[in-house]
Amino acid sequence: MTTATWESRAPAGHYRFRHVARMEWTKLWSLRSTWWTLAITFAGAVGMAVVVGANTKNASGDLTNNALAGVIPGMLTIGVLGVLVMTGEYSSGAIRSTLAAVPNRRLLLAAKTAVYGGSVLAVGEAGAFLAFLAGGAALPARVPPPSLGQPGVLRAVVLTGVGLCLIGLLGLGIGAIVRHTAAAIAVLVGGVFVVAQFIVMIARPVIGYVPITIVGSSLGAVQPQGDARHHILSPWSGLAVLCLYAAVVLGAGAWLLVRRDA
Amino acid sequence: MIEARGLTKRYGSTVAVDRLEFEVRPGVVTGFLGPNGSGKSTTMRMILGLDEPDAGDVRIGGRRYRELGWPLREVGALLEARAFHPGRSARSHLRALARGNGVPDRRVEEVLGAVGLADVGRRRAGAFSLGMAQRLGVAAALLGDPGVLLFDEPVNGLDPEGIRWIRDLMRGLAAEGRTVFVSSHLISEIALTAEHLVVIGRGRLLADTSVAELSARSTSLEDAFFELTRDSAEYRGDPAVQGGDLGAPRRGGMS
Repeated sequence: MTTATWESRAPAGHYRFRHVARMEWTKLWSLRSTWWTLAITFAGAVGMAVVVGANTKNASGDLTNNALAGVIPGMLTIGVLGVLVMTGEYSSGAIRSTLAAVPNRRLLLAAKTAVYGGSVLAVGEAGAFLAFLAGGAALPARVPPPSLGQPGVLRAVVLTGVGLCLIGLLGLGIGAIVRHTAAAIAVLVGGVFVVAQFIVMIARPVIGYVPITIVGSSLGAVQPQGDARHHILSPWSGLAVLCLYAAVVLGAGAWLLVRRDA
Repeated sequence: MIEARGLTKRYGSTVAVDRLEFEVRPGVVTGFLGPNGSGKSTTMRMILGLDEPDAGDVRIGGRRYRELGWPLREVGALLEARAFHPGRSARSHLRALARGNGVPDRRVEEVLGAVGLADVGRRRAGAFSLGMAQRLGVAAALLGDPGVLLFDEPVNGLDPEGIRWIRDLMRGLAAEGRTVFVSSHLISEIALTAEHLVVIGRGRLLADTSVAELSARSTSLEDAFFELTRDSAEYRGDPAVQGGDLGAPRRGGMS
């Protein structure tokens, strides 16, 4: 029997970050759940801003922060979607196809972080700005709406979108560590929303370091900027702490991803 | 060319793959035969870098899997029927993989057509029957037009026509000079497809030989296979063990 000799048709070179990012982009946006989740997050933020705005009696208080209130439930949806970006691969078995295409696992997690982080940053910023504008427009005529030119207002709106993105990345990192969807969501919801409330009852000063407080009261606040009396971090300290959380969780996720069998 | 050298994998105190040595050469279909639980899938997973060996290594054309420049364009693998997200369409699943390895999108349409899924490419892959899922797995394996192909139990879930199709496909790929390594626990199926055989039991190499030579050892290939696996059991000093019961509590740990 004569056999042909196979000449590899693979070109020279190596897959790069941009290839992996394209792969992850295609994967993220080819799931209907992504569109639904982000649409709900967006609609929730804007819808709640309108309700809060329309029910505002007077100009006392932080009207910008009020308009951004709808972002808090969005933390849950975006965090859970972040978890699913990772755990969905394991529950379906798709992780084997993914790692066969991209055996460099650190590069894979980096691409997921960039693609998911970038996507939810865009949605978070769009949601925060539209919520701010809609909330202002819904205010009764006698209450003057806040403007982006006033001190601290632009910062509060921008950092709220950034906060949403960081919560999403926290979810992604938890997903990489825990791998099972239900368990990872439990850790996310428990860590970010529930356990935090209990810790606060025992140790009040910790409240400023709880993710939900950072997004709601540090990042999204025009004033007071940090409130030592109520243990609230300043916007920039809050941002730094939240970045640290996301970095630690993603770092641990990458470390485990490289070491564990898929 | 696939080369395993001293390949070993332990799970706790169980040795799933035990100092395995073999070569899979291009141009022929090489069958990877062994009872259920003998370590075939674990070996396949180590070839693909999904599981890390505890000792030894396995190389493809001299390189470890993770060192490949464009993995899907060098190695294609059908690992198990469902290695895709159920919410994604077949086309999107393949497109994502293609883009990850710089394979043009039009190749996705080619492989969808080649496996007979062109008409259902837009449908959610989660709704696929086992046979369709298997075809999608084959499409993913062919996507990068690779010179090395791994098929883990490829006939699972296929109807007789599908079995005939995949058998012809594997032989055609080998005839083009590619390396084709196909695992199965079905001796009769392997006999129809492969020319060369790597037989393992309890993670150990039992035979690395041609189908013709192994068949000649006994009245049939099947009998020869049972004699091989029985020898392996006797080697371990446990005559009660036959080829098919390797799901039983570990006896492979001692040697």
